[in-house]
Amino acid sequence: MSDMVERTLTALPGLFLQNQLGGPAASRAPFFSRLGGLIRGVTALSSKHEEEKLIQQELSSLKATVSAPTTTLKMMKECMVRLIYCEMLGYDASFGYIHAIKLAQQGNLLEKRVGYLAVSLFLHESHELLLLLVNTVVKDLQSTNLVEVCMALTVVSQIFPREMIPAVLPLIEDKLQHSKEIIRRKAVLALYKFYLIAPNQVQHIHTKFRKALCDRDAGVMAASLHIYLRMIKENPSGYKDLTESFVTILKQVVGGKLPVEFSYHSVPAPWLQIQLLRILGLLGKDDQRTSELMYDVLDESLRRAELNHNVTYAILFECVHTIYSIYPKSELLEKAVKCIGKFVLSPKINLKYLGLKALTYVIQQDPSLALQHQITIIECLDHPDPIIKRETLELLYRITNAQNVIVIVQKMLDYLHQSKEEYIIINLVGKIAELAEKYAPDNVWFIQTMNAVFSVGGDVMHPDILSNFLRLLAEGFDDETEDQQLRVYAVQSYLTLLDMENTFYPQRFLQVMSWVLGEYSYLLDKESPEEVIARLYKLLKSDSISSETKAWLIAAVTKLTPQAHSSHVVEKLIQEFTVSLNTCLRQHAFELKHLHENVELSKSLLQGAQNCEDIVVDASLSFLDGFVAEGLSQGAAPYKPHHQRQEEQLSQGKVLNFEPYGLSFSSSGFTGRQSPAGISLGSDISGNSAETGLKETSSLKLEGVKKLWGKEGYLPKKESGADDKTEMPHVPAEGATMENADHATTRKDQAQGLTQSTEEKEKQLLASSLFVGLEPENTINLLGKADVVSHKFRRKSKFKVAQSDKTPSVHNPASSALDSDVARGDDGCLSTLETRDSELSSESLAELPSVEKLSGVSSPAPSLFADNNMEVFHPPSSSAPSTAASLLEEDPECGHSCAMEVCSNDSVSVSSYKIWKDDCLLMIWSVTSKTGSELTDAKLEIFPVENLKVIEQPGCLLPGMETESSKSFQYGVQMESPSVEGTLSGFVNYQMVKLEFSMNLSLLDFIRPLKISTEDFGKLWLSFANDVKQTIKMSEPRVALTSVLTELQQKLRLHVVDVVGNEGLLACKLLPSTPCVLHCRVHADEVALWFRSSCSVLSDCLSCHCQKVMETS
Amino acid sequence: MMQFMLLFSRQGKLRLQKWYVPLSDKEKKKITRELVQTVLARKPKMCSFLEWRDLKIVYKRYASLYFCCAIEDQDNELITLEIIHRYVELLDKYFGSVCELDIIFNFEKAYFILDEFLLGGEVQETSKKNVLKAIEQADLLQEVPMGRTK
Repeated sequence: MSDMVERTLTALPGLFLQNQLGGPAASRAPFFSRLGGLIRGVTALSSKHEEEKLIQQELSSLKATVSAPTTTLKMMKECMVRLIYCEMLGYDASFGYIHAIKLAQQGNLLEKRVGYLAVSLFLHESHELLLLLVNTVVKDLQSTNLVEVCMALTVVSQIFPREMIPAVLPLIEDKLQHSKEIIRRKAVLALYKFYLIAPNQVQHIHTKFRKALCDRDAGVMAASLHIYLRMIKENPSGYKDLTESFVTILKQVVGGKLPVEFSYHSVPAPWLQIQLLRILGLLGKDDQRTSELMYDVLDESLRRAELNHNVTYAILFECVHTIYSIYPKSELLEKAVKCIGKFVLSPKINLKYLGLKALTYVIQQDPSLALQHQITIIECLDHPDPIIKRETLELLYRITNAQNVIVIVQKMLDYLHQSKEEYIIINLVGKIAELAEKYAPDNVWFIQTMNAVFSVGGDVMHPDILSNFLRLLAEGFDDETEDQQLRVYAVQSYLTLLDMENTFYPQRFLQVMSWVLGEYSYLLDKESPEEVIARLYKLLKSDSISSETKAWLIAAVTKLTPQAHSSHVVEKLIQEFTVSLNTCLRQHAFELKHLHENVELSKSLLQGAQNCEDIVVDASLSFLDGFVAEGLSQGAAPYKPHHQRQEEQLSQGKVLNFEPYGLSFSSSGFTGRQSPAGISLGSDISGNSAETGLKETSSLKLEGVKKLWGKEGYLPKKESGADDKTEMPHVPAEGATMENADHATTRKDQAQGLTQSTEEKEKQLLASSLFVGLEPENTINLLGKADVVSHKFRRKSKFKVAQSDKTPSVHNPASSALDSDVARGDDGCLSTLETRDSELSSESLAELPSVEKLSGVSSPAPSLFADNNMEVFHPPSSSAPSTAASLLEEDPECGHSCAMEVCSNDSVSVSSYKIWKDDCLLMIWSVTSKTGSELTDAKLEIFPVENLKVIEQPGCLLPGMETESSKSFQYGVQMESPSVEGTLSGFVNYQMVKLEFSMNLSLLDFIRPLKISTEDFGKLWLSFANDVKQTIKMSEPRVALTSVLTELQQKLRLHVVDVVGNEGLLACKLLPSTPCVLHCRVHADEVALWFRSSCSVLSDCLSCHCQKVMETS
Repeated sequence: MMQFMLLFSRQGKLRLQKWYVPLSDKEKKKITRELVQTVLARKPKMCSFLEWRDLKIVYKRYASLYFCCAIEDQDNELITLEIIHRYVELLDKYFGSVCELDIIFNFEKAYFILDEFLLGGEVQETSKKNVLKAIEQADLLQEVPMGRTK
């Protein structure tokens, strides 16, 4: 058979005439080997078709050879190499995979090496054949031959089946003590691989990682850093104690203490340096104390990296990144800024690109940097390399404000029109739409920009853009006339677009048009509905329209029909589409027909714009409850969702269990995994409130807007905007030209001075329009307070969110530090509370959610609870005087911990917090007078909206308030009927001034533990028909039931009724007395939750909150 | 972590491929095709870095051969260029002024060198001397029993 191949190959013309392929190199190639022949043959061919023919022949002969019993291992090795080659050319050689494994198993060293290589190239880690390799690997790991051990470790570090890790793990752990550093290093990398694919499997050998970190060989130590980088990324707070070690190592590396063999182009161990810098960046993030440890070494790294070589720039770049990630130090920041300047101004394009990237990253912290480099930025905007251009646009996107939005969006649109890559288009279109929505200066511009977005982004863009736009049109903004103008302009613009001949628009755009025309064309006076219908009809008849769009079009026609006087087009349409083959279109047509025939009905249904009120949809299908209950009572099996059925099957099926029994549920494993997470959450959040800026920008993620500077960023206030436009731009522009002066002169020919100068002028003009509003003085005053410039286009629904977003920035530093206390997960605050009040019984701690406890600290006087026999935690401060207001003063540390300012003006501020009382939600509002003057006749009034009920209402008159004092009021609130959320609003009235505010309450605020026995649970379980099931996939591969239950108990205030094996029973009630029971089961990395309640909204909502809790835990 | 490394010629022929993340064959082919096209379309003086899907591509041309690596968002582009350079240095030292043909005809050797330098997508050994020592050790052990000399 192999002879045949030989013949085929020689038969091919010019096959061996390929000597001229290359000079000396060709002579080194194995001349008459079959592989050489094959490669030559392929190279000589001119067409893809011939190549395919040759390779297919080759493959069929290989297939025969490898399966022939007479084939020796030596021949097999040769065949393997040829198979690898065929696969590289893109042909399927899967028949040889099993033989690759055999070769690795049976061959001598030479053959084994090729066998292992072929396996690692052919297979992926979930390939079933890989299981057959395990034995070979185990054998080779035990070999006395170093080369064999190396080969086995190499293959393990590349691909290994996850479920077989336990089989080799002990062997690899042994190798960590091997005398040869190459073996130790490869063993560490194999463990790294295991950590990546199955972190829980290597959890117990963390001490060995530490040993590897202290290895006498720097190579082994460097390998262990890969593992540490990942572990620290996941849990930075767990490794803070290593900071000093890392700093010491970096100091030694930078100081050139390592052997010469680690140097690369006379730079000491650059890979190691970069790895350490990244680790330090993660450790020092939002942590001043840890960051202080590394300032020195970072400074030294910056200083030492002076050589003008690529690799020193790599280190510098990483240094800058680290400096901006950790807790800031102004001295270092200055140096980093200089360093960024070096990159940006470099003539080398790679460095310039990275400079732009670094600028994009730091610009949110210091927008004035953009001014320093504005000329370079403008040059890069017209750079011939699209990558540079795109990065520049990314940078501009970060500094967009209401004054430069037109120029920047124009630049983005220009780029958009040139690019073809889908990924870029989607990304850019999203950004343009976002900027347009945020900063649009006027209606015309907004609609035109969105037209461009829709026509270019069309069918690839994110569907949210479309729905956001339509919602914006429908819901309007704060000003009704403005809204109407926008709608009118949209209608006009679409009619013009539709009138153009021979233009095609994406389907999505047509859908937008048809919706807008259907809703709002009545606003136009000169266009009659008939004309609009005629246009829509014309579109309907077009071939290029998808049936989905046709449905939109018919819907639009339906809306317009009642307004039209003559309707022959409508009748024609009905005629044509009631016989359409598309059922959906046919249905729409019939609907239209019925409405058309019944004028009264259609008029009442579709009159004007008032038909866009919200329709309430019962998503839980509770109207079917009766039906379901009836079915169940007749013996039907309860419905299980698909995933649950599947999961149950899985758990019943006979799957090999590779886990040692009882390991993952041990309590030590639970606390070990749980507590670091709690701490990390705490440090994250505390950092966030103190150092919002750092937190937001500390990764190089380019997606999404960082809202560090508020939505308008570093904008001057609107009133001063006009002045800025005329004066401000010139100052910085000149400054920058000065800076760039020598740069410019050296580079440019003096003879071209004249033309240059006009070019320069153009650039300066562009600069002034781009960098408007970035002056540092604008930024400083905005750091402290929430900005007041409002969006032109702000959706109403967004408004509340924006407001609550702003609240943290209003807080003073002291209170935000306390906020972090509140937010610091359960463990942290539990322990602090315990130390604060040691006589507190542990039982009440377990029963009460942390949130409740903390608000307990902040609040209430005993009188509030006097008549209730509740188990609310009474902090030591509860013996304080009886009004919450005085408490706030006496114990300010606790008092502010959960208070949130809801509104304020110059003289009065109102803040509020919640107390989760056993039988209701107690809202405390405290009114503080800020001015020096006395406040008289103030009045606070609270009234619930929707389905909330205020059950206790004290007197709300403030007879007179002294200077700078505050007074508090308590309101008991209950939910009348279960709903996802409700709003409380109210106002303070004083001296003719009325200050309004509102507050959102979630269903969670009304959930209380329901303490029942297991039998009662069983009874309740059977009596409820509303069933919600949900399976949540957790990030940890093995979830401990106890941790899940604690989480639910603490965060959602559920009562744990019983724990049976890996199943837990929980119960809670919605105030006043709607019970909900929950069954929770843990299986591998999944948590299956099953809710039952008499009220469907309750189970739905709880299920949703459970998911949130699980996912954030 | 490096996601994959591709070596291809100016004509777009793939010379070496190493994948450090599990992907289906179809996906691999698609990525290769797209990237080869994109990189070959770039002009010589353009930047060596690309943003492609959610990855960063770092590429460099040596004579007629393109070396192209995909790295993750937080990885350092410049040091990746140096990884490529070090790999070329290793090949050069092993083959003695390497050219494309060496890699075409001895691609398995090129794979062995790569595996000794990068392991599982991370740099394993940066010293030229040590990498080649490991390779030569393995080569020698193999060559002797076969009765061949290099």
